[in-house]
Amino acid sequence: MKKRFYAASLAAVLAASALLAGCGSSPSGKSTTGTSDAGEVYVYNWGEYIDEDVIDMFEEETGIHVVYDMFETNEEMYPIIEAGARNYDAVCPSDYMIQKMMENGLLAELNFDNIPNYKEIDPEYIERSKEFDPENKYSVPYTWGTVGILYNTSMVAPEDVPTKWMDLWDEKFKGEILMQDSVRDAFMVAQKALGYSMNTTDETELAAARDLLIQQKPLVQAYVVDQVRDKMIGGEAAIGVIYSGEMLYIQEEVEKLGLDYSLEYVIPEEGTNVWIDSWVIPKNAQNKENAEKWINFLCRPDIAKLNFEYITYATPNKGAFDLLDEELQNNKAVFPDIESLQNCEVFRYLGEEADQMYNEMWKEVKSK
Amino acid sequence: MSRKMLAGPYIIWVVGFTVIPLLLIVYYGLTTASGAFTLNNVTAIAQPEHAKALGLALLLSLISTVVCLLLAFPLAMILRNRGVGRGSFVVFLFILPMWMNFLLRTLAWQTLLEKNGVINGILGFLHLPKIAIINTPAAIVLGMVYNFLPFMVLPLYNVLCKIDDNTINAARDLGANFFQTLIRVWIPLSVPGIISGITMVFVPALTTFVISNLLGGSKILLIGNVIEQEFTRSSNWNLGSGLSLVLMVFILISMMLVEKYDKNGEGTAF
Repeated sequence: MKKRFYAASLAAVLAASALLAGCGSSPSGKSTTGTSDAGEVYVYNWGEYIDEDVIDMFEEETGIHVVYDMFETNEEMYPIIEAGARNYDAVCPSDYMIQKMMENGLLAELNFDNIPNYKEIDPEYIERSKEFDPENKYSVPYTWGTVGILYNTSMVAPEDVPTKWMDLWDEKFKGEILMQDSVRDAFMVAQKALGYSMNTTDETELAAARDLLIQQKPLVQAYVVDQVRDKMIGGEAAIGVIYSGEMLYIQEEVEKLGLDYSLEYVIPEEGTNVWIDSWVIPKNAQNKENAEKWINFLCRPDIAKLNFEYITYATPNKGAFDLLDEELQNNKAVFPDIESLQNCEVFRYLGEEADQMYNEMWKEVKSK
Repeated sequence: MSRKMLAGPYIIWVVGFTVIPLLLIVYYGLTTASGAFTLNNVTAIAQPEHAKALGLALLLSLISTVVCLLLAFPLAMILRNRGVGRGSFVVFLFILPMWMNFLLRTLAWQTLLEKNGVINGILGFLHLPKIAIINTPAAIVLGMVYNFLPFMVLPLYNVLCKIDDNTINAARDLGANFFQTLIRVWIPLSVPGIISGITMVFVPALTTFVISNLLGGSKILLIGNVIEQEFTRSSNWNLGSGLSLVLMVFILISMMLVEKYDKNGEGTAF
């Protein structure tokens, strides 16, 4: 669930031209030089979602030439794989999108004999992956995280420290709340606050969540995606909804800028979204074995550690986790305790019809 | 023959990047996801949230256009009266920011207007009351005016430069005061520029979604935002295209206006 604001804005500009051109933006090609006999592997990943040295290391070790492209959103990636416009060998979507691709027959079963490093993945995450890949046949977890509330210690009085989603409806925070500007993330907050499943397709439950979001709107300063991070660091707002993956960056930045406040992360007690981004191989892949070698390489603990240090989103790789400093291992914002994830769920693909219902209701919230 | 050849690249460009995409928009706009003919995507504009977004977009872009015109006309007159040399330097200054990316300039406004932004920092230092217009329609109008003002100034400047000094002097000789000269001579002679300036501000302001997203905190939904969301988030290209067709009606109307008042292409920007 990687999102980077500037990339998103750029995508918006591209979408402006796409609006006129009537077709989506093509992936921006980036390939490293040099070819060899070991063949190629076409990789399609989120932007800024790998330590680029890792690509060179893979090429050096295996002799396989990597053609590396990036996408901004799951929704942008999907039609490109579906249309087979370019045959990618390894793709890294999020949970619900993997389920959608699987249900629509776009994914190939993995041959785990070629991915011996799969054993490094903590079984906990393999278990969680069953929510979108029931038999664990198609995906290898790459990163994971939670969504929670970030608050500014100097702007929130100790007795007002948020502990649950409902605190985002507190009149005290009027004009100080940053909400996520995406359908499922925003609805998740309201659904969890109401005690519903965030994968509900029940219309009355959805309508209740919508009304709750409309009720919250006057209190909200802005609906943003990645700007939550920079706005919170800049002290623009007291409280915001954020992806745990940003926490390491935020903590480092607060320290670096020598700010007189700190930003703390809370996983609300009603439960939240646990997301997992995993590697999959599309059915139309031309270099399946090379793709498996690629995935295997990324599962190697030292490589997974390099990537974790670059991306800063939690790694499901046990071997890599063991290599980290103790301080980092104990950083609860990045690696929350499994016990604190009791009521948490993974986003599931809900089908076309439910998707439409969500989008429709989100528009109603936004136009209020 | 060779002259016709010269038009080749242009024709390929227009067909490939204007005609075919437009036809695709029409196709998507008039079909369902499964490809059957429907008008629902176009009539969807009547849904309350779409109609409201369109109404708001029309209102904000109208305000921006009027503000741009009120700012640009006196400026263009001053520039013209300054003579070519000094006037065109100021025009150059006006175009200069356009060398920077539009998105970055809008982001800069966000930083300026924020609660702890640059402007409030200066106001706070001077012990003046702070402004709170970020994430309001006012900030969107400000962004529109800032971004599109040059598109109003340039056609006005061009058209005013073409007015012969003798015409103005004749009006003065015949006893017209400044106000009468303005109403009877300046404005009628600059209609082509005014019309094309209005079009060049109104159309992009009506369709923008970046400005409303960045300066409106995504709390204010304009029709451009609805269309963008349909394409990028909801993957409903049919609805997005249908709503784009509705927007195109407004663009066609403004183009017809230009055609009517600016037959000789006098009021062009460059």
